[in-house]
Amino acid sequence: TLMADFSVFCVLLSGVSLFIYSPPPHLIFSQTITGHAYPEFVKIVEVGPRDGLQNEKEIVPTGVKIQLIDMLSGTGLSVIEATSFVSSKWVPQMADHTDVLRGIQKASNVQYPVLTPNLQGFQDAVAAGATEVAVFGSASETFSKKNINCSVDESMLRFEEVINAAKKRQIPVRGYVSCALGCPHEGHIEPSKVAEVAKRLYEMGCYEISLGDTIGIGTPGSMLKMLQRVMKDVPINALAVHCHDTYGQALPNILTALQMGVSVVDSAVAGLGGCPYAQGSSGNVSTEDVLYMLHGMGIETGVNIAKVIEAGSFICSALSRKTNSKVAQARSTACCDASL
Amino acid sequence: MATVMKLVHRNALTSLMGQHCLSFSSAAAHRAAGVRAAQAFPGKVKIVEVGPRDGLQNEKTLVPTEAKIKLINMLSESGLSVIEATSFVSPKWVPQMADQVEVMKGISRKPGVTYQVLTPNLQGFQAAVKAGAPEVAIFGAASELFSKKNINCSVDESLQRFDEVMKAAKEAGVPVRGYVSCVVGCPYEGKVAPEKVAHVAKRLYSMGCYEISLGDTIGVGTPGSMTKMLEAVIKEVPVSALAVHCHDTYGQALANILVALQMGISVVDSSVAGLGGCPYAQGASGNVSTEDVVYMLHGLGIQTGVDLSKLMDAGAFICQTLNRKTSSKVAQAACKL
Repeated sequence: TLMADFSVFCVLLSGVSLFIYSPPPHLIFSQTITGHAYPEFVKIVEVGPRDGLQNEKEIVPTGVKIQLIDMLSGTGLSVIEATSFVSSKWVPQMADHTDVLRGIQKASNVQYPVLTPNLQGFQDAVAAGATEVAVFGSASETFSKKNINCSVDESMLRFEEVINAAKKRQIPVRGYVSCALGCPHEGHIEPSKVAEVAKRLYEMGCYEISLGDTIGIGTPGSMLKMLQRVMKDVPINALAVHCHDTYGQALPNILTALQMGVSVVDSAVAGLGGCPYAQGSSGNVSTEDVLYMLHGMGIETGVNIAKVIEAGSFICSALSRKTNSKVAQARSTACCDASL
Repeated sequence: MATVMKLVHRNALTSLMGQHCLSFSSAAAHRAAGVRAAQAFPGKVKIVEVGPRDGLQNEKTLVPTEAKIKLINMLSESGLSVIEATSFVSPKWVPQMADQVEVMKGISRKPGVTYQVLTPNLQGFQAAVKAGAPEVAIFGAASELFSKKNINCSVDESLQRFDEVMKAAKEAGVPVRGYVSCVVGCPYEGKVAPEKVAHVAKRLYSMGCYEISLGDTIGVGTPGSMTKMLEAVIKEVPVSALAVHCHDTYGQALANILVALQMGISVVDSSVAGLGGCPYAQGASGNVSTEDVVYMLHGLGIQTGVDLSKLMDAGAFICQTLNRKTSSKVAQAACKL
């Protein structure tokens, strides 16, 4: 059977563009089991100050938010989601959006995107000095209705207004798709629906689409299927993954995405932001833990992990809570540090 | 492309061309990449449940014998096929395992489940057999300093001790599992060379261990170091005889297990509720949670034979007994959603 298989393989070899080579030993690791190399560089999008704090119960003083963002600006991160121009009636934590955006010391090589759910929010953001914005779509109709009180289609119309206004001012727009791997209300979400929403956002003009596992329910299995489908409609270099760690699956899901060619990863310092759908459970994956994995794989990020740990320690102290980052926990208590 | 992949046996590919040497062009490559990634996993994975031994051994609270027995019985009902029940080590060193004989004699042995026990030396082995242990395990280290500090002898000296156990086990017809600790990093030596791990694994395998469990004792490994270590070991020991024992101290366990699976490993050690903190990082986690591993494997369509909800029941029970929160994220989330 072995010979039969091999001869079939050889026949097929002649008919398809197959290139077989034995990589030199020092390059062996860069080839994943998919035959597709891991990216050499991964851009981290730090969502702690917005997504993280938005899901923390305690209202954080403006001064503390500003200090957190300033500390993060010094770590090497190139994108820090600073705040959200949403009505303070809905999200009290983000009520100080204008003060935060005006108060931070903007580093020259760092982008500070802000959420703008509608045209009003966009205009307020621009008035406050925003130079990049983000819009949040959903792959689930029910989630869209419950979260922003309108259907997915209606939300797209709202976002179109924002994107058109942003284009006029040459302000880049990032698109998010939530519930990409499951919805707290609908359960399973079809990859084709995720692709449909991602494609719309991309075609409307979003430069990057972040696919969010909002309830952290995904596994490498569902991540793979979803990405395979979305990649048919949106170029891979325009995709990012936003994994939640509610079921402990975030790092293997991120690893799977990297193996598929994704090179932008969202995360939150100290794993800020619990899961609003599972009381007491974790939400965002910790930036520190993601960095530890990437650096251990020889993937560059430009980020100094020790400085991120410091920023994490600061905000946890301000919130009187323990970090969700295992790396930060281990580093602070390890008797001997054999880690990277 | 999918047709190509299905027609070629994975074994043929491995032996003829080496594991990582196939590359395709452009768009076809992406599709093939996704397909290949999906087909690269084993269809079944055996979970070796180490909670009652490795887990409890690293918990400060002394657990009553009855509770240990109940835990093991609950785990037996969850579909697990291997449970590490206790350790025949001197109670002077490991008080938690002092009731080793009562535990072995007290558990309800479910047919189809193997109850393995640790035996650090010949004396422990003899006591284990007397207590009815059907399978034993021995623990080597890939780090000289760790070996000296942990069991007070060099790696070579420890292997000589194990030789005695191996001989006795062969005579008694008792299978032996070998563990190698510090396979990626050591709390004393720092980085550990993959060749050293391969050397110790090979020795244990040649001595007669049917399976070698490679342990990231302080959880410092990442998919990077894990892959390099496994590549070195796979050259010396058949991949079907290898298992991974990942600690989650730096949150890397599931990612490390994922790459191990992609390299052909199909045996994974884990601990219910993530029992057992890290003795080298106070308050940090140690063993990876069986619940979180099973969740990932089932999500990948990999069979384990384990009933996740029964497993979570066992985890809830032992956490209540220990008066501590579970370390399993799946358990935390599942009861709150």
